[in-house]
Order: sequence, then C-alpha cells, then structure tokens
Amino acid sequence: MRSVAESGHILTLEQVTKTYALGRPNALEVLHGIDMALDRGEFVALVGPSGSGKSTLLNIIGLLDRPTTGRLLIRGADTSAMNDAALTALRNESIGFVFQQSYLLSAFSAIENVMMPMLLKHEFPTEAMRTRAGELLADMGLSAWADHPASNLSGGQQQRVAIARALAMSPALILADEPTGNLDTHSADSVFEMLKKANTELGTTFLIVTHNEALAERCDRTLEVVDGQLTSAVH
Amino acid sequence: MPFECITALRFLKEGRMQTLAIVSGVAIGVGVIVFMSAMLTSLQGNFVKRVLMAQAHIQILPPEESARPLRGLASGIIYANVIQRPTQRLRSIDQWQTIIAQLRRRADIAVVTPTVSAAALAVRGNASRSITLTGIDGDDYFRIVRIPEYITAGEPRLTSNDIIIGSELARQLGVSVGDKLNVIAASSTTRSLTVSAVFDLGNKGANERSTFVALRTAQSLAALNGGVTSIDMTVHDLYAAEVVAQSVSASTGVKAESWIVTNAQLFSTLSAQEMSFTTIQGFVALSVAFGVASVLIVSVIQRSQDIGILRAMGATQYQMLRVFLLQGAILGGLGAAAGSALGIGALSVFHAVVRLQDGSELFPLSVRASLFVWSISLATITGVVAAALPAVTAARLDPVDAIRG
Repeated sequence: MRSVAESGHILTLEQVTKTYALGRPNALEVLHGIDMALDRGEFVALVGPSGSGKSTLLNIIGLLDRPTTGRLLIRGADTSAMNDAALTALRNESIGFVFQQSYLLSAFSAIENVMMPMLLKHEFPTEAMRTRAGELLADMGLSAWADHPASNLSGGQQQRVAIARALAMSPALILADEPTGNLDTHSADSVFEMLKKANTELGTTFLIVTHNEALAERCDRTLEVVDGQLTSAVH
Repeated sequence: MPFECITALRFLKEGRMQTLAIVSGVAIGVGVIVFMSAMLTSLQGNFVKRVLMAQAHIQILPPEESARPLRGLASGIIYANVIQRPTQRLRSIDQWQTIIAQLRRRADIAVVTPTVSAAALAVRGNASRSITLTGIDGDDYFRIVRIPEYITAGEPRLTSNDIIIGSELARQLGVSVGDKLNVIAASSTTRSLTVSAVFDLGNKGANERSTFVALRTAQSLAALNGGVTSIDMTVHDLYAAEVVAQSVSASTGVKAESWIVTNAQLFSTLSAQEMSFTTIQGFVALSVAFGVASVLIVSVIQRSQDIGILRAMGATQYQMLRVFLLQGAILGGLGAAAGSALGIGALSVFHAVVRLQDGSELFPLSVRASLFVWSISLATITGVVAAALPAVTAARLDPVDAIRG
C-alpha cells in the first residue's frame, strides 16, 4: 500500500494528536489521532460542534500550531522537523488564511493589505506586486476601493479583500475559518462564490470550517470532527 | 522602503495621538538637554576665554630660591632650629634663549615669548600709582594676550620709550596718548616714557595696574640686562595645557605651570558643573526611555491581532522585532530632532531677552553641530533600547493567541 506521503496530496495528516497543558494534571487531549489528506483542487468543508477541535485542527494544518504527536506533510514535505523560520516561509508561500473576521490591517489601504504577503516575502514593494494585488481586487469587484483604508470598507468588502490577500501568493491551500459567519446572506453568498471561483479557476485547494449546513453541502466533500476525532465523510 | 520601515511608520501614523504625545515628551526632554548643554558650553567657553584673555596657557618661571642646609658644621657650634625662607629677588631664567629655541621647535606649542615682569611706580606731577611693568616682545606677546583688541586710544606701538597703560591708570594720572609718564623701578632707575596706547580690559584692577613696555625697557628698569623673568606660551589644545607643561618641564628642566594648575579652583567648579549636568542628562534619558517603552508596550497589546495576522501571513519573528525596534528609533530620533530645534529656539530667545545692564549679550553663543548629532543619536539609541522589551514581546507572540485576541 502506498503511504499517504507519496500519493501527491497537497496536505497529509498522519495520526495527529494535540494535547494542551501536556505533562500537567489538567492536560487535555483535544485531537486524538487524526488521519486525513486533501488533494489538489479539492473544496472541502470541515464541520463539527463547538469545542470539537475544529479550530485546533485548522491551526495545526495552517502551521500556526504544532501537533503533539503525529506528522503533518505539506506537498509531501514533513513539517515536524522544521524550525519557526522554515514554517513561516512555508506558511507564506503555501497557505492562505481567511478568518471569520477579515483581520485586515487598518493602518493600510485595501490594495496594500493584498500586497502584504508578497511584501513579507520580498521585503521591498514593487510595481509587479501592486499590479498583482490590483488584479486580485478587480476579480473581487473591488477596484474602486483599492486605495481606501481597509477600515472604511463594509464587512462583505473586507472579507473579499481578505480572500484576495489569501490568494496573493497563489498558495496551494487556503484555510477558511467561518469565512461567511459574520456576513448577511447576500454577502455570504457572494463571498462563497468568490472562494468557489478561485477553486475552479486557479485550482486552489480549500478547507472551509463552517457551521452552515447549506454551505457545507455546496462543497465537494465534508469532513466532520466530533470529540477530537475525524468521522467519515458526511457526503 | 522595506516592509519593516513601512509598517513601523504606518503603525505610528495610525496611533498618531500616542505618537504625538510621546514625541512631545521626548522633545521636551531633549530640548532641556540641548538648551542646558549649549548654554553650559557657551558659558564655560566664555568663562575660560575671559580667564585666558590676560594670561598665557603655560608660563615658565625661574626656580624659587630656597634655604640650603649648611654642611661641615664645626663641633661645638649650635644653630637655631629655625630656617628662614629666603626672599625671592627678581631673577632671570637661566639659559632662557636656549629654552625658547627648543620650545619653538615643538609642534604642540603655538607661540613662545619671553617677558620681564617687575613692580614699579608710575609718577606724573604729584600723583603716583604702583604698577606692574611687563616688558614684552610686542609681535609675539600680542598673540598670547590680545591687547591690541582692547585698545581704546592710540596704537599698539612699543619702541623703547613707549608704554601702553590701562584706562583706569590713564584716568587717575590724567594722561592720554602722547603724554609722558615717569616710571620709577624698584631698582631706583627712572625712565620717562610716552603713552602710546590706552586699553580697557573690562577689569578695573587690570586697567589700573597692568602696563606694557618693550622688553629692553623693562630689562633696564628692572636691572636685569639680558634676562627675562618668565617665558609665556600658548598651546594649540587649551585643555591639554597641563600635559604639555609637564612635558616641557621634563624636557627643559625648568618649572612650567599651566593655566589649569594656576586656576585649579575654576577648573574644579567647571567639572562639578559638568557632573551635575551629566546626572540630569542621565535622568532625562531614563524618563525618555520609560516613555517610549510604555507607549510601545501598549501598542503591542493594541496591535496583537495585527501582529498575529502578519505572523500567519509569513512575517518572521525578526521582522516583527525590527518593526517595533524601528518604532522606538523613530520616536527617539523624531523627538530628539524636534527637541533640538526646541532647545536651540529657547536658547536664542533666552539669549535675546536676558541681557546685561548695558544691553550687551550675557555670553556669546557657541553651539556646535556635534551637539545635535550627539543628542539625536543618543535619543535614537535610547529609543531602540527602550523598544527592546515590547519588540521581543511582539516577536514572541503566538499567532494563534494573538489572532484570538
């Protein structure tokens, strides 16, 4: 049998556990041996009740947190031995984040927010970065707002800027934590369509945490986390 | 501009009230330092200049005569156990021409000139005043004590029959330029001299007692034919005078005294002043550091979500560290630049408003550009040091915790 690492998955988790306060009396294992893999271009929903470990799992997949045991492979590369600098570089190039709140940097304009991941990698801003960010904002229908301070935009607009920012480095994987959770139905639909469009047009893999069943149903498949364990796909 | 500069500036710009407040705080602190420092430098410079206006930086004097014990006492003769200090008669410096030739070859000495100093009486009609007669070689001596700059009437001319006197003596004896004056030396020699110039050194005692004649005139009046009583020197580095004096003593074997030793009290006053100023400077720097640190600590807390999201997007710990260190440097540097302008502005106003009774300036302003370079560098470094703690905190923030808030 081929190991998951060799199968060309974008993301592979092998027996991942996470224990908080390890070694103390109040130690708490929130993830119990998760195995999962995502293929290129998949659009996957991650569902589960509150406190089931979804966010912890997403943080581990996003390289923001390390698993207590188990292995995490991004495009076949084992991340467990990487130091902080290597993880940061990998995060910058391979993973985009969209959160429930947009978390735009209020000190910067919309286009500068989109440029930020490129700026972090290359240090000095270039015209090419601006052009790329401008194109992404145009795709999101936000050209007119490019030079406005991020804080002046509406919630839906801010979330679309956040999606453009997540796409800036053309990452292999975008992790979205309740991306439409704070939006009205109309904005939520529009944001979801943007994500779907990036998935079909760019082939970006998406893992979307959501409580919204209707939204989950529109994904290619759904993974459910219950009590720190991944149950079989819902559909 | 790199990412760190852009982000540091944007963060400071966005929190502009905080930025303005701390920059003002730094500016006031640095302003006080610049004001005090410039004033102190000007005052001290002026003070030293006044002290040195009428004296050489280094003086070589003849060795004092001292009592020597008698040798080979015949037995049975007992001498009293009291040694009387011998009187100090006017003596010439031995081999003074050789010494002068030797000193003139040294690179650290600017001017060397022999002088003869003797007590005398200036007599006109039935008025007489005691004076200090200084015999000089005009060309060289005037480069040490700039008498020509203080001349109010006449020319700084010194032929063998000329005398330059102070305004107070001229007033008391009722003489002016061109008038004759009798000078009676302690050796009872009398000369009739013509007043060639009258000076005003701004000091009543000096204006009454100091007089200058040609070296030969003084030598003949003091009965010191061919001799001199002191060798006066100026050095290039005013504050190295004592070092030079010691080296002169060592190389010539004669006693050389620098102005630093002869004005020891003035010097200790100056260094006490300096010390208290340094203490004040230290405390101001400390308060600047705490001000910058407290603003940045608050800023790290306020911006934890920004820091978290930047870290999630791929900002390294070092990039975050530099963003906050730079903010410290900018706050310190900007505050110091404003403070320098503030300090110098205040000093100019003080200088223009606070005047002597006659309306002339209290002291001439001497502000060096190095003061600003020094203040701004020091405040920038202080800012960076003060930012260290908040910057490390920012760099170490766990992105997950930071984003969660």
